[in-house]
Amino acid sequence: METPTKLPPSSPSSPTTGFSVPSAEKVDGFPRRSMRRARQRRSHSSSQFRYQSSQVELTPLPLLKDAPVAELHDLFCRKLQQCCVLFDFLDCVADLKGKEIKRAALNELVESVATSRGVLIEPLYPEAIKMISVNIFRTLPPSENPEFDPEEDEPTLEASWPHLQLVYEFFLRFLESPDFQPSMAKRYVDQKFVLQLLELFDSEDPREREYLKTILHRVYGKLLGLRAYIRKQINNIFLRFIYETEHFNGVAELLEILGSIINGFALPLKSEHKQFLVRVLIPLHTAKSLSIFHAQLAYCVVQFMEKDATVTEYIIRGLLKYWPKTCTQKEVMFLGEIEEILDVIEPSQFIRIQEPLFKQIAACISSPHFQVAERALYFWNNEYILSLIEENCQVILPLVFGTLYRVSKEHWNQTIVSLIYNVLKTFMEMNSKLFDDLTASYKVEKQKELKRERERAELWRGLEEQQERRLQSLGEAIRNQKNLQERENPSPSEPETSAANTT
Amino acid sequence: MAGAEGDDSLYPIAVLIDELRNEDVQLRLNSIKKLSTIALALGVERTRTELLPFLTDTIYDEDEVLLALAEQLGNFTMLVGGPEYVHCLLPPLESLATVEETVVRDKAVESLRKISQEHSPVDLEVHFEPLVKRLASGDWFTSRTSACGLFSVCYPRVSSTVKAEIRQHFRTLCSDDTPMVRRAAASKLGEFAKVLELEYVKSDIISLFTALASDEQDSVRLLAVEAGVSIATLLPQEDLETLVMPTLRQAAEDKSWRVRYMVADKFSELQKAVGPEITKNDLVPAFQNLLKDCEAEVRAAAANKVKEFCENLPEDGRETIIMTHILPCVKELVSDTNQHVKSALASVIMGLSTILGKDNTIEHLLPLFLAQLKDECPEVRLNIISNLDCVNEVIGIRQLSQSLLPAIVELAEDAKWRVRLAIIEYMPLLAGQLGVEFFDEKLNSLCMAWLVDHVYAIREAATCNLMKLVEKFGAEWAQNTIVPKVLGMANDPNYLHRMTTLFCINALSEACGQEITTKHMLPVVLKMSNDQVANVRFNVAKSLQKIGPVLDSNALQTEVKPVLEKLATDQDMDVKYFAQEAISVLALA
Repeated sequence: METPTKLPPSSPSSPTTGFSVPSAEKVDGFPRRSMRRARQRRSHSSSQFRYQSSQVELTPLPLLKDAPVAELHDLFCRKLQQCCVLFDFLDCVADLKGKEIKRAALNELVESVATSRGVLIEPLYPEAIKMISVNIFRTLPPSENPEFDPEEDEPTLEASWPHLQLVYEFFLRFLESPDFQPSMAKRYVDQKFVLQLLELFDSEDPREREYLKTILHRVYGKLLGLRAYIRKQINNIFLRFIYETEHFNGVAELLEILGSIINGFALPLKSEHKQFLVRVLIPLHTAKSLSIFHAQLAYCVVQFMEKDATVTEYIIRGLLKYWPKTCTQKEVMFLGEIEEILDVIEPSQFIRIQEPLFKQIAACISSPHFQVAERALYFWNNEYILSLIEENCQVILPLVFGTLYRVSKEHWNQTIVSLIYNVLKTFMEMNSKLFDDLTASYKVEKQKELKRERERAELWRGLEEQQERRLQSLGEAIRNQKNLQERENPSPSEPETSAANTT
Repeated sequence: MAGAEGDDSLYPIAVLIDELRNEDVQLRLNSIKKLSTIALALGVERTRTELLPFLTDTIYDEDEVLLALAEQLGNFTMLVGGPEYVHCLLPPLESLATVEETVVRDKAVESLRKISQEHSPVDLEVHFEPLVKRLASGDWFTSRTSACGLFSVCYPRVSSTVKAEIRQHFRTLCSDDTPMVRRAAASKLGEFAKVLELEYVKSDIISLFTALASDEQDSVRLLAVEAGVSIATLLPQEDLETLVMPTLRQAAEDKSWRVRYMVADKFSELQKAVGPEITKNDLVPAFQNLLKDCEAEVRAAAANKVKEFCENLPEDGRETIIMTHILPCVKELVSDTNQHVKSALASVIMGLSTILGKDNTIEHLLPLFLAQLKDECPEVRLNIISNLDCVNEVIGIRQLSQSLLPAIVELAEDAKWRVRLAIIEYMPLLAGQLGVEFFDEKLNSLCMAWLVDHVYAIREAATCNLMKLVEKFGAEWAQNTIVPKVLGMANDPNYLHRMTTLFCINALSEACGQEITTKHMLPVVLKMSNDQVANVRFNVAKSLQKIGPVLDSNALQTEVKPVLEKLATDQDMDVKYFAQEAISVLALA
């Protein structure tokens, strides 16, 4: 079954499901940078201009600062309306005069809303929000770069940024103005508005996302009625990102906002928030592009723990469940996050998760990738972690001893070997009796393990032989039954077919 | 069956369950993948009473294990005792259908759909349908998403009261709060519509379709487009205009390019679904707009459909529509700024010639083909060349050959070896269409040049190409034009080129036949057995093994055998190995 809920591709190369794979690309999967770079910039206009048929000619209005007080609001309003006209920035020479007039007007609006008091009166709210909506809300164009890798490639920058930036700046100043009245704004900054705002976080342009982040943060701070809705929609964006598209440019920015939102959660944590942690934040760790937002994600996770220590077990078990199997780069990130968590863990919580956790750490120590092994062994340099290990030495040492012992003899990388010796030395000093016991029983344990291995193989062989026999006898039974039937009523189909043949 | 009883006691369930619980994920995964073996060991009754409850209770594991489990359970009917007991499988699958991971959930739904067919109508109502209802009203979006895929499999086989309930549930999910669920519902809308009675399609489905097609999220709207196509096939012609077309028209002009892309992508299906009248009045202008869309993605998707769309136009007036409405757009696309658009067009444009006939092709299409053959993007040129056969049938390839040649030569020498590889693959086809004289005069030297390309894949493809050419033009042609050149390379100072000679001989001997092989090729191969490079020598052994069956027994005994025997005592172990292998395969020992 196909996964039907996948979005169609957001890049020009992936619609290749439709067009035949270009033969030149069939042969191998190497990206051809040279060709990619050489691709022409799109010269068609963006979707934004599809419906703006005839361009309006702009004429400069008088300056706001020269306007008499009585006409100020009216002029402000007319400037807002003027700024609703959109310009095509992909054609950089088109209508330069109009662009300049709009730019100047926007600058004036920003200036005015930032510095003068008493400008923001009620009738201006709908006009301001309309101007903002018309300018910023648009269907984001398909990515210029088919296999855009946020870590390696330059993002495509928004062409209309000279205007867009000023609009965002105006929006921000508007929200931050001391005159700003949430009770008036909430009529225009509504759920639909916020939903569209959130969709813009997918913009490839980091400058735009930076503005959006600050703006959304302000909206969240000032418009209390929208908070639950914003959280829910962010959830939806993340869930779609995790389970459907694996593509969304603004995950890091949204997480950054969430970090401060989590900080403000009231205690005890509502179940909605716990659910968010367990069903959204933890699964976010599975994303392929984790490295782009891992810092922000780990921050959110630690925030949760600091709020309420009882979520620790969910977090660690969750991370263990999604532990990377093949991607060592991610494994190092996970280990980093575990260290951040252990840094603030409560000893009582530590006891609850130490067993599965140290099994995983042991597995990391035996990783042939030295960075993974090294990162895990660094835990023993962390004083707080070391103190936790020491307190629970009876449990932890038996879990990791076998691995340490084996890897100290086998690892190809000398740094790892010497790090392991240090760890073994630390353990020896911690509890020499236990250490000696484990050293003595190491061989016996190994033997037992081998024996179990053999027994398992034996069991499965038996099972499979039995299956074989049963299938055979089943087959025979079916054959017998068939034979029996045929003998009872000697194949009624045969004469018919032969009759059909003769006619 | 008495024997089976004895077997059961050999394997207490605890041991088996220990295997399913092993700490090592890989071992657990292995055990789950052999779940049927375990079930067989337990017998049907204990599988039902012990194994399944265990599985249902302990579903918390790695997604990979769960995926394997979900898949296994879809094939478990016989292992629980046949259709009569198939409902025992529902509890574990229900849990699996609610997990987070999409792949697991989808697999669970797939298995549920499969076993739903094995339920009797009564069991379906007693066991299966309540499960669907529970999923449909689950708390978390995952279970509701899974429910969407199950309505259509149980609807046709339940009573009319239950049917009404199912329709109600589906309606609710279509307006679910979570976009994930609405997307799932939208993607199953078409499938669900197909099993509904026509009156309910008109009363229920249409309103759901209209609502989903104007959803606030474009990801939902675009899925509704696909459903729209399915719905259109179900309705009588006279209802289409009022019930479906307004929504589809709106989708073709949606503000989100993703939705328009979807319309373009489904255009042929749509065209078939709505029939000739609506096609003429509505789809032609819509298609023109898509071909002129401002986003390259949409234009490319539409360009891909040009041929199919034209082919399926109603025959009366087809030519006029194409000439006056479609062709002008196509002309513009030939010089599009986006290479994906151009190459999508290039992959289908040749197909128009069969539809438009000889005169129109020469007058209107030929200039376009020629322009695309000169396109800066190699993919566009390749796509044209790879479809030459359509034109060949209509106007013959001669019309094109003047422009074709520079295009081929340029591709043949392209800096990217993948492009060279692609053009080599079309060589036999081209050779067939252009004829032997043209080929000898213009293309033969290219084919030989590829043999000494510095990329192995090209040399290999070139070798294979020669074989196909010989199959086409015959042994005599091979002897006069190819064989001397190939054999000449045996004296090349570069050992890679000397090996190419051997590879060519391997490929050509059969097509060339016994005489040429014995007279011309064999001596060269035998001579190369004295080569100083071991790689060449062991390839001599391999070649001899390969061409042996073409030779007569006399040549084998008197000429091949001594050489292989000598190679079998070579100081290089690989040479020895392959020589011995050849001796045994050719039965010369």
